[in-house]
Amino acid sequence: MGTAIGGIISFLVSFAVMASIYAIFSMGLNVHWGHTGLLNFGVAAFFALGAYTSALVTSPMPTGVLANYVKQAFGLNAPFLVGVLAAAIVCGLIAVLMGLLTLRLSEGYLAISTLGIAESIRIFFNNERWLANGPQGLVGLPQPLHGLVPPAHYNYIYLLIVLAFMALIYLALERGIRSPWGRVLRAVREDEVMAGADGKSVFLFKLQSLALGAMIMGIGGALYAHFSAAIQPSVFEPLFGTFIIWAMLTLGGTGNNKGAILGAFIVWALWSWSTFLILKIVPPAFATRAPFIRYVFIGLLLVIILIKRPRGIIGEERQVSKF
Amino acid sequence: MNRNIDSPILSLRDVQKYFGGIKAVDGISFDVAPQRITGLIGPNGAGKTTLFNVISGLYRLDSGEISFEGERIDSLSLNQTFHKGLCRTFQISRELKLMTVLENLMLVPPNQEGEKLWRAWFFPRLVKKQESEIREKALDNLRSIGLIHLKDEYAGNLSGGQKRLLELARTMMAGPELILFDEPGAGVNPSERNTLADRIRQLVSEQGITVLLIGHEMELVMDVCDPIIVMDRGKKLAEGTPEEVRSDPRVLEVYLGGSGA
Repeated sequence: MGTAIGGIISFLVSFAVMASIYAIFSMGLNVHWGHTGLLNFGVAAFFALGAYTSALVTSPMPTGVLANYVKQAFGLNAPFLVGVLAAAIVCGLIAVLMGLLTLRLSEGYLAISTLGIAESIRIFFNNERWLANGPQGLVGLPQPLHGLVPPAHYNYIYLLIVLAFMALIYLALERGIRSPWGRVLRAVREDEVMAGADGKSVFLFKLQSLALGAMIMGIGGALYAHFSAAIQPSVFEPLFGTFIIWAMLTLGGTGNNKGAILGAFIVWALWSWSTFLILKIVPPAFATRAPFIRYVFIGLLLVIILIKRPRGIIGEERQVSKF
Repeated sequence: MNRNIDSPILSLRDVQKYFGGIKAVDGISFDVAPQRITGLIGPNGAGKTTLFNVISGLYRLDSGEISFEGERIDSLSLNQTFHKGLCRTFQISRELKLMTVLENLMLVPPNQEGEKLWRAWFFPRLVKKQESEIREKALDNLRSIGLIHLKDEYAGNLSGGQKRLLELARTMMAGPELILFDEPGAGVNPSERNTLADRIRQLVSEQGITVLLIGHEMELVMDVCDPIIVMDRGKKLAEGTPEEVRSDPRVLEVYLGGSGA
C-alpha cells in the first residue's frame, strides 16, 4: 500500500516537472503568438537548441573508451546555471538571425519558414554526428544538486528548480507585457501599419519579441535536457516540440500567461493519461496503435478548442496595460 | 487671400508615384501653409490617398521631393515621419481592435521610457510615473471627445462614427505639427460630423496644428478647409479658396462628368 502511494506521488512529481517545463515553452510561445501575433511553428528549434547547448556546455568531453562511441563537438563541464544561461543566449542569437531573415514575411510564410528551420535544425543534429553524437544523442547529462538526496527522491529537488524558473519567467513576462513595451507588441499584433503610423518600429519590436520568446524556450529546452538526462534528435519532432505546445497555449488562453501555464498542465495531463484511457477503450488488436491515436487526439483537441472556445479557458484580459 | 505669409510647413515638388504603368500620382507640387486646414479633393482614383501614403512614408515615391519644416522627408518610413511631427489617419478607419479604447490612446505618445523592456524590468518606478501621466492625458482626451464612457471597450466594437472620433483622439495624443486626415467624415452621421468639424478647427485654433484633409463630403470640406487643392488622375487640377474652387469650370467638369453645368 505504502509503495503504491509512493509510486503515485513519484509519478505526480515527474508529471509536474514535465508540465512545468512545457508551461515555460507555452509562455515563450505566448510572447510570440499571444502578444505579438508571430506565427511561430518552429518552437522545436529553440527547444532543441536550448537542450543541446546546455548539454554540451555542462557535460565533460568523453574520454577513454567512451570517446570511441560518443562524439561531441565540445564538452565544457560547466555548472548547470551556466548551461541554462548559455542555452538562453544561443537561442536569443539564433532567433535574431532567423528574425532578420524571416520577420518581414507575412504570417503564413513566417509559419512555413519557422517550421522548416526547426526541422532543418533537428535533421542537422541527427546527421552531424561530430556535433552531438547524431541519432544516439547525448546521455548521462549532469543534474544539479544531485548528491543532496537519494537518487529516488531527486525529482523533488528538480521540481523545485523548475518551479523557480517558471515563477521567475512568469513574473518577468507579466511586468514586460503590462508595460508600454508589451502594449507596442499587442499593437503590432493587431495592425502593423497602424503601429507604424503611431511611430513604432514594427520590425525592431518583432525582433525583440522573437528573441525573448526564443530565450525562454531555450531555458525550457535546457531544463528538459537535465531532467531527462538524455537527449536525442527524435525528441524535437514537430509534434512534441511544437504542436503540443500550441495546443497548450490555445487551450489555456492565448495572450494570458496564467492560461499558458494552465493549458500546459491540462494538455500534459491529458497526454500522460490518455494512453491508459485509450488502451481501455480500443480493442486489443489496436493496442499497439494507441500512441498514434493520441496524435489524432491532440489534433482533434486543437480543432475543438478553436471552434468552441477560441479565446481559451482564461483568455486575454481586456485591459492588459497595468503598471 | 492671406496665403504664404509664413514659409510652408509641407512642400511637395513634382512628386510621382507609379504602380506598374499606372501613374497614381503624376507630378504633384503644392505647399501647405502652417496653421491652416488645407483640403484635398478629387474624384475616386484621383490619387489622393496614394499621395498621403507617399507623404507619410507608407509608400516610397518614385521621383520628386517632399519637405517638412524645411527638411527632406521623402526617404523616411511611416514610423520615422511620425517622429518628425507628422501624424496620419486612414481612409477606412483603423484601430487596434482587440485593445481597449484607452490602450489605443496610451500607445500613441512617442518615446515612452517603458517601451524599452529593460526599463520596465529594472526601472519600474520611472515607467510607472510616466505611465500615469500618459493615462491622465488619454482620459482627458476621451473626455473632451466624448468617448470616456467607452474607455474600457474594445476599439473594434465601436461604431463607425465613434471610430472616427477615436482616430481624432489618437492624433491628439501624438502632439503632431501636421495631421493628414484621410476622409475623417466617412461613415459619420451628420451630428457627429459637426463635432468632428469643430474638433478639427479647435486643433488649429487652440493648438496651432496644421491640417491637410482629404474629403469626399463636400459640405465638410467646403465648411472647414481653406485653401482647397483639387486632384484628378494623379495631377493637380486647381487650387484656391472654396469659392474659387466651387466656381472653377474644370472642377465642375470632373465632378459633374463633362456637362460643364
